[in-house]
Amino acid sequence: MKLATLSKKAVIQALNNDGLRLKVGGFNVCLSSPVATVADHLLGLYGAFDVVDHTAFIDFYTSIAPPSKLRRFFRANVNFSFDGHIPFKPLPYKQASALFEWGLNWCIANHSHHYLVIHAAVVERNGQAFIFPGTPGSGKSTLCAALVSRGWRLLSDEMTLLSVADGWVYPIPRPISLKNRSLDVIRDFAPDVIMGPVIKNTAKGAIGHVRPPDDSVNLGEIPVQPAKLIFPSYLKGSKTELTPLSKSRALLKVAENCFNYNILGLQGFNSVGDLVDASDCYEFKYSNLEEAVALFTELAH
Amino acid sequence: MKPPQPPILCSVLIEPRLALNFNLHQWDLLIRQARSANLLVRLGYLFDSTSLSNQLPAQPLAHIKSAQAYADRFYISLQWEINCIQNALTAVNVPLVLLKGSAYFIAENKAAKGRLFSDVDILVPEDKLLEVEMALIKAGWMTNTLDPYDQKYYRQWMHEIPPLRHLKRQTSIDVHHNILPKTTRFCPDANQLLANSVKIPEQNIWVLAPEDRVLHSAAHLFHEGEFTQGLRDLSDLDLLLKEFSTQENFWASLLQRADELQQQIPLYYALRYSHHILQTPVPGHVLKASQQQSPNRLKTALIDALFLRALMPIHDSCDNRWTGLARWLLFVRSHWLKMPVYLMIPHLLRKAYRRATGKKQH
Repeated sequence: MKLATLSKKAVIQALNNDGLRLKVGGFNVCLSSPVATVADHLLGLYGAFDVVDHTAFIDFYTSIAPPSKLRRFFRANVNFSFDGHIPFKPLPYKQASALFEWGLNWCIANHSHHYLVIHAAVVERNGQAFIFPGTPGSGKSTLCAALVSRGWRLLSDEMTLLSVADGWVYPIPRPISLKNRSLDVIRDFAPDVIMGPVIKNTAKGAIGHVRPPDDSVNLGEIPVQPAKLIFPSYLKGSKTELTPLSKSRALLKVAENCFNYNILGLQGFNSVGDLVDASDCYEFKYSNLEEAVALFTELAH
Repeated sequence: MKPPQPPILCSVLIEPRLALNFNLHQWDLLIRQARSANLLVRLGYLFDSTSLSNQLPAQPLAHIKSAQAYADRFYISLQWEINCIQNALTAVNVPLVLLKGSAYFIAENKAAKGRLFSDVDILVPEDKLLEVEMALIKAGWMTNTLDPYDQKYYRQWMHEIPPLRHLKRQTSIDVHHNILPKTTRFCPDANQLLANSVKIPEQNIWVLAPEDRVLHSAAHLFHEGEFTQGLRDLSDLDLLLKEFSTQENFWASLLQRADELQQQIPLYYALRYSHHILQTPVPGHVLKASQQQSPNRLKTALIDALFLRALMPIHDSCDNRWTGLARWLLFVRSHWLKMPVYLMIPHLLRKAYRRATGKKQH
């Protein structure tokens, strides 16, 4: 049953009682929250996600709630909690929905060492996964949103889950998080995308979330073989430039962008090695999204 | 005031095969309880050692595998850390005596399986403390506690110096000269612990004798004020007792050693609760012998009411309305045991004042 088939009232009721249970990629997530903006966030952006019933195994029990009733009115803020454990400091009340997304990132990154978790956006076309690792500001999410708006399948805009068992990319399609100027860039590039409200003054600046395409969500449990490993950098005014990158350099660059490379030790090294062997590796400079999308569409043929 | 139902986690620690009949909802609860008790990795080893792992459902197995991957990395770092400490102590010619988790690890005890912790604990003779501290500082560790009151408090009353942290690796080491604070009513003689310590074959590392390892674990748990890892510690005791009980004459020497080290009461609690909660196979006559130390019936009922709650995982599913009070009373009890009142009251007042005025706590 899709979340979109539930009434707003039913969603709010579930969030206020024992939680709304959603299938997010290969994970089941239970979220409870009395915060209205969290309900709006789910209703607006998670409509295509399946709601699972009470007999399902839940991977992550989460909640977004004010630390005390008083703090709802006085310097209002909210905590993220993972099964009763609060891993971060509270954030202002207005940032509740962003805190949910960050909290879920934290849950996945810290409890998924059966995957190599790469800080990378990943999209699919013609059965090939294109992986875009990137430090913040490299434009990986912008690039990802642009490709997805032109019909590419979204696997993840934040974390690439590479199975250590079979080397395939396991999707975790969720709303794409865009920051600051990227918000306008994507609005201009793809006026049809559905975007949640912009949250200002977060630690990362202004943040907005793009709704993942229904098709990507429906294929949320189907893994994809890695094919291209592309290190993007957005440079204002630059030409569109795709340069092949040696496997050895690519290996080091991927390792730097993993959340759990050092935890996986030898296994991590082997996984990165296999990934680099299986993929064509490039560096990519760009400033024009139309050219970027055209180039990658060509590359995916 | 009935104690809450025993958590599903305890049943599986006793009999791992039970989990084969679990539905996904029960698995869900088991993984949550195990994670909050810091026993998820141990649960995994238990399934591995009983060859059940390949029969588990994929979703809970993924959480266990993930936690095991983290643990594998932890053991590599731990071995490296032990090597570094050993090198530092060789310089001053003080033997390395490991305690608790790192001792179980180096002695390859079953209690090392799935035990994750943050500090390496070592025991050195009190007259060598300064030398050892200097040697560790020379090797890159430095004190974590700059507050003069805390420094004085540790050095004057505690059984350890303030924790040292390595500048580069950020790892932490607790240097002990005893296993309980000097101010504890029944404080053992540390020389007796050192005298009986045993050497790890082919390494220059020592650990406490098996009986002393059990008694240290018991003394630690049953003087404890915060039970964030209570069930994990009880499970350590369960595994140590099961492993050592195959040695000849183990139970008799355990009882005798408890007398020598004045740890009869912690041993009584350890046997009572590991038998009660985890069904540790303690022979009847041993339970009976240790019961000579039991307090009167009323006090026993009260202590049971407290420990049977506080030793459960800190998880919503294991709490009832009395759990919070039980934990608080045991916190008070731990201070009562560890310090005479004339020391405790000024200490607690000072801590409370500093908390109220927002000064940094250690």
